[in-house]
Amino acid sequence: MSAITRDEVAHLARLSRLALTDDELDHYATQLDAIIEAVAKVREVAAEDVPPSSHALPLTNVFRADEVRQSLTPEQALSGAPAVEDDRFQVPRILGEEA
Amino acid sequence: MTMVYDEALDKFEPVLGLETHVELGTKSKMFCGCKTTFGAPPNTQVCPTCLALPGALPVANEAAIESTIRIGLALNCSIAEWCRFARKNYFYPDMPKNYQISQYDEPLCFDGYIDVEVGGETVRIGIERVHLEEDTGKSTHVGGATGRIHGADYSIVDYNRAGIPLVEIVTKPIPGTDRLAPEVAKAYVTELREIMRSLGVSDVRMEEGSLRCDVNVSLMPRGSSEWGTRTETKNVNSLRSVERAVRSEIERQAGILAEGGKIVQETRHFHEDTGTTTSGRSKEEAQDYRYFPEPDLVPIAPDPAWVAELKAALPELPSVKRKRLQAEWGLSDLDMQAMHNADAIDLVEATVAAGAPPADARKWWMGELARRANESGVPLSDLPITPEQIARVTELVASGALNDKLAREVLEGVLAGEGTPDEVVERRGLQIVSDEGELLAIIDQVLADNADAAEKVRAGKIAAAGALVGGVMRASKGKADAARARQLILEKLGVEG
Repeated sequence: MSAITRDEVAHLARLSRLALTDDELDHYATQLDAIIEAVAKVREVAAEDVPPSSHALPLTNVFRADEVRQSLTPEQALSGAPAVEDDRFQVPRILGEEA
Repeated sequence: MTMVYDEALDKFEPVLGLETHVELGTKSKMFCGCKTTFGAPPNTQVCPTCLALPGALPVANEAAIESTIRIGLALNCSIAEWCRFARKNYFYPDMPKNYQISQYDEPLCFDGYIDVEVGGETVRIGIERVHLEEDTGKSTHVGGATGRIHGADYSIVDYNRAGIPLVEIVTKPIPGTDRLAPEVAKAYVTELREIMRSLGVSDVRMEEGSLRCDVNVSLMPRGSSEWGTRTETKNVNSLRSVERAVRSEIERQAGILAEGGKIVQETRHFHEDTGTTTSGRSKEEAQDYRYFPEPDLVPIAPDPAWVAELKAALPELPSVKRKRLQAEWGLSDLDMQAMHNADAIDLVEATVAAGAPPADARKWWMGELARRANESGVPLSDLPITPEQIARVTELVASGALNDKLAREVLEGVLAGEGTPDEVVERRGLQIVSDEGELLAIIDQVLADNADAAEKVRAGKIAAAGALVGGVMRASKGKADAARARQLILEKLGVEG
């Protein structure tokens, strides 16, 4: 039995703007389940004296000085853009017509 | 139907909340070395990091961390001993990464307050948190009838702003403001702006978006203690709009509630032209941000000694400074409030520092200059005249070289770009007529031309001398010393002034 439901996959897909078929929803639910199960194995070795951590290295306060460095030219910056208008990245319509 | 404000307040009590975003004035962006200049040509201040090109990694700007801690300290906040950045995930092209680096449940500063003065009362506004994030790019929506996001055919994006350090300051809910809610909201944002200015961390220009405000409003029926559903109004881009947005939202919500309707929790947009709000995207959907600790940046653990140092080095805060200056200048609460509202305090202070007596400095900034700023629709501080120049004008008046009328002409000349006060005096020939002989000649002429008035004065009707002094001023084109002219006229006519 899946811990991840089809609805949850559908919700994630919607947040990521991915169009998934019903079959794909089931397929990814099973896959995500397997991933979560694998990650959950960490619990088996987690001990009381090991605090949860988000970073692999015991570092804090890695900063850079407030100094300006060379930026890209607009040509370089826009060279990978599928579409350009007025030196700006052109993107598809953001919201639908709902309002 | 909206309800008129007074009626709405008879029936309901508002609860406010304010989220303010302040773009920091660092030289470089938050996580990369790109410049932060406002108004640069599109996509000229971008690099692999702020464009999210593969392999680029962010490194936090130390000056931005320092500024945020100083803001927190100025707002009486506690400073986190340890905190992390977080990824705020959302699908929207204003950030090329598809997420914004922000802070979530571990803000750098938390639990503070500031006091604001409204209508002679002090209102304490609780500060929930102050956190650091990066600003987003600027989208322009193309096509459609309105130029707004809805109905647009496509959008074009400039990422110059993406990655500029942005501080978010969130208040605790503010109940109990009652009828003063709009004024309290405005006073809070005004105070915040002044604090930022005194700290020198941002240029806080609302019209350029370096200070932006979201206004949360909910209503509860009088006598109730249960808060209502709130809305969040965005796009509030001037101090006056903060006030109008609160007022308009109170009127709108009261109208809905009075008719038995329900308030929808949503984002609303403020429109400058109508002063009203309209519905934006619904909140529930937008809030699924799936925050998690930012793996590309290590945690921040500000050294307590550093924080103590920053605290000790904080400048005098605006509210403290106002109290000090009010005492030094001997002004009433009302006069001080008027100067505060006109944004004149710093200018007067600088003018006094340049040598002018406080009363004169205040008179020019709050009178002639305020009028001219108002006429041109610019803030006082944007007038092309400096406090030093005003101080020079007051000096010329004090020495008797100018009278008030000539001084106004000098200011006009300086504002028109004709040079320094001394240059304007020289070029326009505005020296007062101090040559007694010349003045006496003018007086003789005026007395001859106005025999009736002269006779009245001679007969003891001193008030009639006003017309004669006026005649002298006209004849001298305003360059005579009016007080001296009056004295000489009375002497000539043989009456005691």
